[in-house]
Amino acid sequence: MLKHKKIILIICFLFIFTPVAAFADTGVVIPHDFMPNFVIGDINLQFGRILPYKKVFLNGLSNTLKITAISLIGGTVLGVLLSIAKVSNIRILKLFAQFYTSIFRGTPLMVQLFLVYFATPQLTGYDIPPFIAAVVSFSLNSGAYISEILRGGIESIDSGQVEASLALGVGRRDTMFDIVIPQALRSVLPALVNEAIALLKDSSLVSTIGMLDMMRASQTAMNATYLAFEPFLVVAVMYYILVMFLNFVAKELERRLKKSDRS
Amino acid sequence: MIEVRNLKKNYGDLEVLKGINLTIETGQIVAIIGPSGSGKSTLLRCMNLLEFPSAGEILIDDQDILNKTVNIQQVRENIGMVFQHFNLFPHKTVMENMMYAPLKTKKIEKSEINEKCLQLLKKVGLEEKADVYPGKLSGGQKQRAAIARALAMEPNTLLFDEPTSALDPEMVKEVLVVIKDLVKTGITMALVTHEMSFAREIADKVCFVDAGNIAEEASPADFFTHPKSERAKLFLEKML
Repeated sequence: MLKHKKIILIICFLFIFTPVAAFADTGVVIPHDFMPNFVIGDINLQFGRILPYKKVFLNGLSNTLKITAISLIGGTVLGVLLSIAKVSNIRILKLFAQFYTSIFRGTPLMVQLFLVYFATPQLTGYDIPPFIAAVVSFSLNSGAYISEILRGGIESIDSGQVEASLALGVGRRDTMFDIVIPQALRSVLPALVNEAIALLKDSSLVSTIGMLDMMRASQTAMNATYLAFEPFLVVAVMYYILVMFLNFVAKELERRLKKSDRS
Repeated sequence: MIEVRNLKKNYGDLEVLKGINLTIETGQIVAIIGPSGSGKSTLLRCMNLLEFPSAGEILIDDQDILNKTVNIQQVRENIGMVFQHFNLFPHKTVMENMMYAPLKTKKIEKSEINEKCLQLLKKVGLEEKADVYPGKLSGGQKQRAAIARALAMEPNTLLFDEPTSALDPEMVKEVLVVIKDLVKTGITMALVTHEMSFAREIADKVCFVDAGNIAEEASPADFFTHPKSERAKLFLEKML
């Protein structure tokens, strides 16, 4: 199990820092005509003209990845706690978790984001930085979805597993964290990756609260150049590559987990 | 010593145990047999409180374990259980399966536990499977590993819940051999089984459970040759 923890940690680390490091200005000068313009009849695609906004896009990429990664960690921690509440015998906890989930699944993410970013300062008198607002609202939101995924996973584990652990004299809490949750996580891994992909794409909503993410970067390029197709195509490809990368990581993890247990 | 007194268990309107009285002396091997659905497994599972009885008393060494002040975890540490479907942890190797509970509950050095577990694996003939995941084991090997896991806690009592019922016929023997070896160690045992000849061979006492009651309690020699109750006669006719 220790091996897997390490792998997951390394992946999280890579996910946050590698792209930022790799895309940081390396001093290599790319000529402006590196990306040629395409002219087909009336269509004139001038990719060369958005190249000066490279840095903006890369800053956007870095912010998108940071928001996604941190929200995913926050959402997972929250999701684990909520899912345990949902399968517990304590009625009040169970009701709270169900109510929480219904609220965050029942309202649009954008409304939640605006409530945190615009509405909370009105109540408290303190401004919230857009980054914090984004991470908080995305964590709260994905926590609700992840808790539902995990609840399904926990309930799918054979009750014999819990009985075996209890019969050995191990307590309920240790049984939950050492026996049930590790097995549940494995069985719901594909669903968790889907949630990560959804979160990555939904992070484009932060452009609406003035944060420079990938989406906002392409808007900036559009406003300056009056070109729309080129910047949005570039950003679409960037999102696509990230999603494919997540898919690859998930496949690899699944393969490794399968190797260890075939029962 | 385990004393079960007037034990009752119902699920809603369904009365599974209707007032069971049973005494298991220290070191005694008790076989619990009877038709399916008669409450044998429920009776066994009440003894380590995997099921909580609706009424009655269970005294283990004169301590009533149904008393709210009793630490159930501590009681369970001394009572091992072996399940019909093995219930090994699939995400842990055989060795990790065995070491998990002792590491969690006992204040003993890890190396000491490791050594103890290796000895136990040798005893059940699985020393070369220590680092294998349960998914790679045959049914018989799984059950032997599960027995070794229960023994790793050094219990004074073992509960067997139909340990060979889920096995292919050719694997039953290897598990029975391991259980038979345990009998010699003087451990207390309660064994729910459908293996009549095995029960007859190793048990000191046979309890025939029928419809939530103990219909007959006798020595194996008496029970298998001259069953007193009609139900037991019918049951044995079908089984033998």
